[in-house]
Amino acid sequence: LTCCYRKPKTKRAKRFLEKREPKLNENTKNAMLIRGGNANLTVTEVLKDIYAVKKPFAVLYKRKNITRPFEDQTSLEFFSKKSDCSLFLFGSHNKKRPNNLILGSRMFDYHVLDMIELGVEKFVSLKDVKNSKCPEGTKPMLIFAGDMFDVNEEYRRLKSLLIDFFRGPTVPNIRLAGLEYVLHFTAVDGKIYMRSYKVLLKKSGCKIPRIELEEMGPSLDLVMRRTHLASDDLYKLSLKQPKALKPKKKKNISHDVFGTTYGRIHMQKQDLSKLQTRKMKGLKKRPAEKLAEDGGATPKKSKSA
Amino acid sequence: MAAVRVEAVLAAAEEQEAEKRRSIAVEKELELEFDLGNLLALDRNPPPSAAALRGAAPRREALLRALARDNTQLLVCRLWELPAERAGGAGGPLVARLPEPAFRLPREKPPPRPRPPTRWEQFARLKGIRRRRKSSLVWDEQAKEWRRRWGYRRAGGDPSRAWVAEVPAGADPAEDQFARLRREKRERVARNELNRLRNLARAQRGAPALPMHPTGHQDRAELRRAARVARVSTASLGRFQPRLPREPAEPPSRSGGKKRRFEPLLGDLAAERGRQLELLRDMGSKKPVLDITRAVNKQMRQEEAEAAAAHRGKKQAQRGKRGRRQHQRPGRGGKGGAARRQQQRQPRPAGGGGGAGRRKK
Repeated sequence: LTCCYRKPKTKRAKRFLEKREPKLNENTKNAMLIRGGNANLTVTEVLKDIYAVKKPFAVLYKRKNITRPFEDQTSLEFFSKKSDCSLFLFGSHNKKRPNNLILGSRMFDYHVLDMIELGVEKFVSLKDVKNSKCPEGTKPMLIFAGDMFDVNEEYRRLKSLLIDFFRGPTVPNIRLAGLEYVLHFTAVDGKIYMRSYKVLLKKSGCKIPRIELEEMGPSLDLVMRRTHLASDDLYKLSLKQPKALKPKKKKNISHDVFGTTYGRIHMQKQDLSKLQTRKMKGLKKRPAEKLAEDGGATPKKSKSA
Repeated sequence: MAAVRVEAVLAAAEEQEAEKRRSIAVEKELELEFDLGNLLALDRNPPPSAAALRGAAPRREALLRALARDNTQLLVCRLWELPAERAGGAGGPLVARLPEPAFRLPREKPPPRPRPPTRWEQFARLKGIRRRRKSSLVWDEQAKEWRRRWGYRRAGGDPSRAWVAEVPAGADPAEDQFARLRREKRERVARNELNRLRNLARAQRGAPALPMHPTGHQDRAELRRAARVARVSTASLGRFQPRLPREPAEPPSRSGGKKRRFEPLLGDLAAERGRQLELLRDMGSKKPVLDITRAVNKQMRQEEAEAAAAHRGKKQAQRGKRGRRQHQRPGRGGKGGAARRQQQRQPRPAGGGGGAGRRKK
């Protein structure tokens, strides 16, 4: 259970600690949205909108926190330990870096893994767009467009960070009519355009509906500034999944193209002459035939008189 | 005429059907990569050119929206192809089974280490003893009903209310049985706790006391703490441990200076003699023991600090609650201010201290 020398005395405390300890299948990652010492209105609005998108897996800190994440990470680590959050978004604003957002993630006992600083150039908030919104807590569809997201190492990390941030809980089933929210990221010319749309499913000729999109929700034009990425081997260590999670392969079962399942059975060597088959009385050997086969053995006396 | 009109109508209807069917088809140069477990689609095609996007905002939005629509259409086509079933009966919503998420994302915490088996677990494995699932309810003969095995209203009755305790055969008749039962229970609890702690210690034997930072860069405070823990982990609690080359000689006391420590009565006699002689020498010399410069510095600094505190207090009282929040001085600003004040003070009181000294003489 807990590694502490003190046992939890109540069931509630025990549940609280169990939720926070490392597990095979982890919880959904929580995010903390922090305002820096000199956050302006734009940045605050961005944080509030992203909180609305990421509820209930986010914590919005109402007070300003005077820290500089790129210099000193201890206060952020302390916050994440206390609130059990593994993602953070820190907003600040100064003359050199106006409308700054620092997107970060951590691993391994609450130490900072990756931090990417993004500048917000244009922001349209949820309130400004006067369309209907989708319910809170909808799992969004994520689409990344642009070859920059594969070519550039920093963009690749940014892509994985954004997926981690906006992914939401991992579910086994999903209601097809409830796919209402899509977040689209386009990387063009050094800028990243993030747009959110509400999905309308229209009738089309066949089963699959036609999609119409309606602009909704926060849209951001982002520019990548500084980055603080974890080293490659540390990143690989964090990606490592425990062996127990790997799906167990069922041996000796194969499928062919048409969907037929084939199984393979391994048998020991058998003596085919001694096989136990169905007995048919008519095929039983008569005593005369047996005599001919044996050749010279004394025949049995027949019972009939 | 009628036939032509009918044909025209049929042709129009067919065209409409064809259009609807076309409308879910999307042309793309490169296929998208899908991760349906995360509802994720990655488009590798080069995006609309920068020039097109740098244009007017509405045009840019329209371009982005068209791109998003195409990509979303492809993703939805894939999602609709998943095996789906009706949840909650025939009239329920159509629900698709999602596959496992394929995109590898870093974990939140390291995977849990399997804890080593306890002493009992090892013994049980050796002997082949298996756990027997006990039922949570037991039949109580007295109360004639099913009662809990332990806890509130347990089967054997409340042990604290037991009013009879049999004297076992071969025991001292004068012994207090109730006291014996209580003492034995306390002993059992203590033994269980001891074994639990022993198992815990055995489990933690492999783990380090202060785990290293995963990046390998420890910060100074953590390293200092680790060094202190390592030094104190000897059998004599670090009293005879040689110090590291750059470590300070006198360790900061753990009680924080609260307990006074006295020299032993008959310690180093030579050192005591030396100390007393030095004291007499200082008393007899003409040179002032007090450093005027430093004393004046200290006094002026104190006065300025008091004045500043009074000023700030007055301002806060004026501004009220909001004032306090808006004017939180950052730590760096405070430190910088003190350094600046010290620098200013150094040249000034050197003259003042010298002047005072000269005056005295």
